[in-house]
Amino acid sequence: MIDNNSEFIIQNLELIKMKALRNYLDKIKPNFEEGGKLHALRSVFDGFETFLFVPNTTARKGVNIHDAIDSKRIMSFVVIALVPALLFGMYNVGYQHYTAAGLMDSASFIEVFGYGFLAVLPKILVSYIVGLGIEFIIAQLKNEEIQEGFLVSGMLIPMIVPVNCPLWILAVATAFAVIFAKEVFGGTGMNVFNVALIARAFLFFAYPTQMSGDTVWVATESIFGLGQDLPDGFTAATALGHAATVGVPEFSMDMVWGFIPGSIGETSVIAIALGAFLLLWSGVASWKTMLSVFVGGSVVALLFNTFGAENNYMAMMPWYQHLVLGGFCFGAVFMATDPVTSARTETGKFIFGFLVGAMAVIIRVLNPGYPEGMMLAILLMNVFAPLIDYYVVQSNINRRVKRLNTNK
Amino acid sequence: MRLFRIHNSKFRIKNMSQLFSKKNKEVLFTPLGLNNPVTVQVLGICSALAVTAQLEPAIVMGLSVTVITAFANVVISLLRNTIPNRIRIIVQLVVVAALVTIVSEILKAFAYDVSVQLSVYVGLIITNCILMGRLEAFAMQNGPWESCLDGIGNGLGYAKILIIVAFFRELLGSGSLFGIRIIPEVAYEAGYLNNGLMLMPPMALIIVACIIWYQRAKNPELQESSN
Repeated sequence: MIDNNSEFIIQNLELIKMKALRNYLDKIKPNFEEGGKLHALRSVFDGFETFLFVPNTTARKGVNIHDAIDSKRIMSFVVIALVPALLFGMYNVGYQHYTAAGLMDSASFIEVFGYGFLAVLPKILVSYIVGLGIEFIIAQLKNEEIQEGFLVSGMLIPMIVPVNCPLWILAVATAFAVIFAKEVFGGTGMNVFNVALIARAFLFFAYPTQMSGDTVWVATESIFGLGQDLPDGFTAATALGHAATVGVPEFSMDMVWGFIPGSIGETSVIAIALGAFLLLWSGVASWKTMLSVFVGGSVVALLFNTFGAENNYMAMMPWYQHLVLGGFCFGAVFMATDPVTSARTETGKFIFGFLVGAMAVIIRVLNPGYPEGMMLAILLMNVFAPLIDYYVVQSNINRRVKRLNTNK
Repeated sequence: MRLFRIHNSKFRIKNMSQLFSKKNKEVLFTPLGLNNPVTVQVLGICSALAVTAQLEPAIVMGLSVTVITAFANVVISLLRNTIPNRIRIIVQLVVVAALVTIVSEILKAFAYDVSVQLSVYVGLIITNCILMGRLEAFAMQNGPWESCLDGIGNGLGYAKILIIVAFFRELLGSGSLFGIRIIPEVAYEAGYLNNGLMLMPPMALIIVACIIWYQRAKNPELQESSN
């Protein structure tokens, strides 16, 4: 009875808090409306209000399904799904650093995680501040609502870069991606390419020394007294970089858990799988796309295993290793399933996903300059997604026309 | 008889003020701005991507195209009444090819380094859409003096865009201008890096797009109505 009571009180307190927040928002709202003194920040206010509360406006035209889920809610789900991979990524940044420094045995969990947290946090801040800043400015200039798409992109961008990526080039890449991959196409929901991947592609081609090779994957400097400076010549290649140049590394469970050098969020299959479960359970991402990416990658990897290629280590990499290494899982779960840039028809999702996986392995194997093929594969298939949809719809129309004609 | 008529038209211009009448000034200057061959007509994009990684070749390319367009316009304008309509494209091509060859030889003789840098793109001026576009659209209908101005205007309009693009590409891509280091060593030591993407053609396209963006934002008359 007491328990019930206290629960009731807590619920009530929550409600009161919510109410206070609502009242506060209502109180300051007039300032942001036409003629108010803070009218210049109208879009910012609107953005926060709709982020905190489901907007009260309803569509006036057309037939609509009434649903509590709007795109801000969907984006929030994806961000939550990214959290396990992000937390693990932070830990792994610390783990790689302490291992390289030879201090892993004596370091506590807090130290290791704290190091990674401090190394990754500035990247997240830079990505969100630059990206949201541009979104806010553009929304204000165009007199539109702030679009929520950057909630996810802003989290994805720091997760797909190496830990040593300098902050200023991250800022440049984020700005480039938001403006040229998104805003010029008309903003959230209109972009042809995955925004976060455009940021990565920009970095990859503009600053290759900071994005690939064997010196960027392990943080080499101490942060606020945590960790220690590593010697200048320190190198650690990713497993894929290793496979492209030296030979396929032995398969180990570390590759599945994620205790290997790599981009911040991409290394742990387990953490990504947790996110994948959440996405699939909530129905935000399509299992069809996700599954077919893995099928496509496996099939092509098996083909390469069977037929081989001369002097090409990568071709001999077993299919399961292709799937767990590099950005394959991360791309399959969080990028290929992007509802805006992937195929929208149900059959199209299978085709799209299969080709993403297949292209990723083909690029990895056949182009030694790009040991990581997932980024280019997804960007390439982003271009073809509308074409796939078009032909799926057309073939459906043709089939039905045929049926109509035969039944006449 | 026909030749005589051409000469006649040439000497019809009486005084200097007529040479730069309002209409002629328009012919000369609109290609630099509101009717730019690259940013408004979207012609000659290919070479704008190919030769703009550095300023020097971009300027030489721009000047070469200016000279060739001007002379080709004059020659075709002089011949315009004698060229049979059915073979006019071939005649235009022959004239352009001859001029391109002359320019190419001059570059090889006097600016060998640049000519090596420009490599095939000097020869490929012959395929530059601006040239054939001006010959067809202007020189075939107008007198030699107007055609000359039109050629110079369009060539300079093209050169202007090339120079802007090359300026940004060389500055941000190599940290230099005309091959001279501009960005100080201190910046590199502080962690600044040249943008490798600037040296690749896609970035030239994006810079051209930005120029178009800027120009259209400034000049509402260039914007199509949205419906």
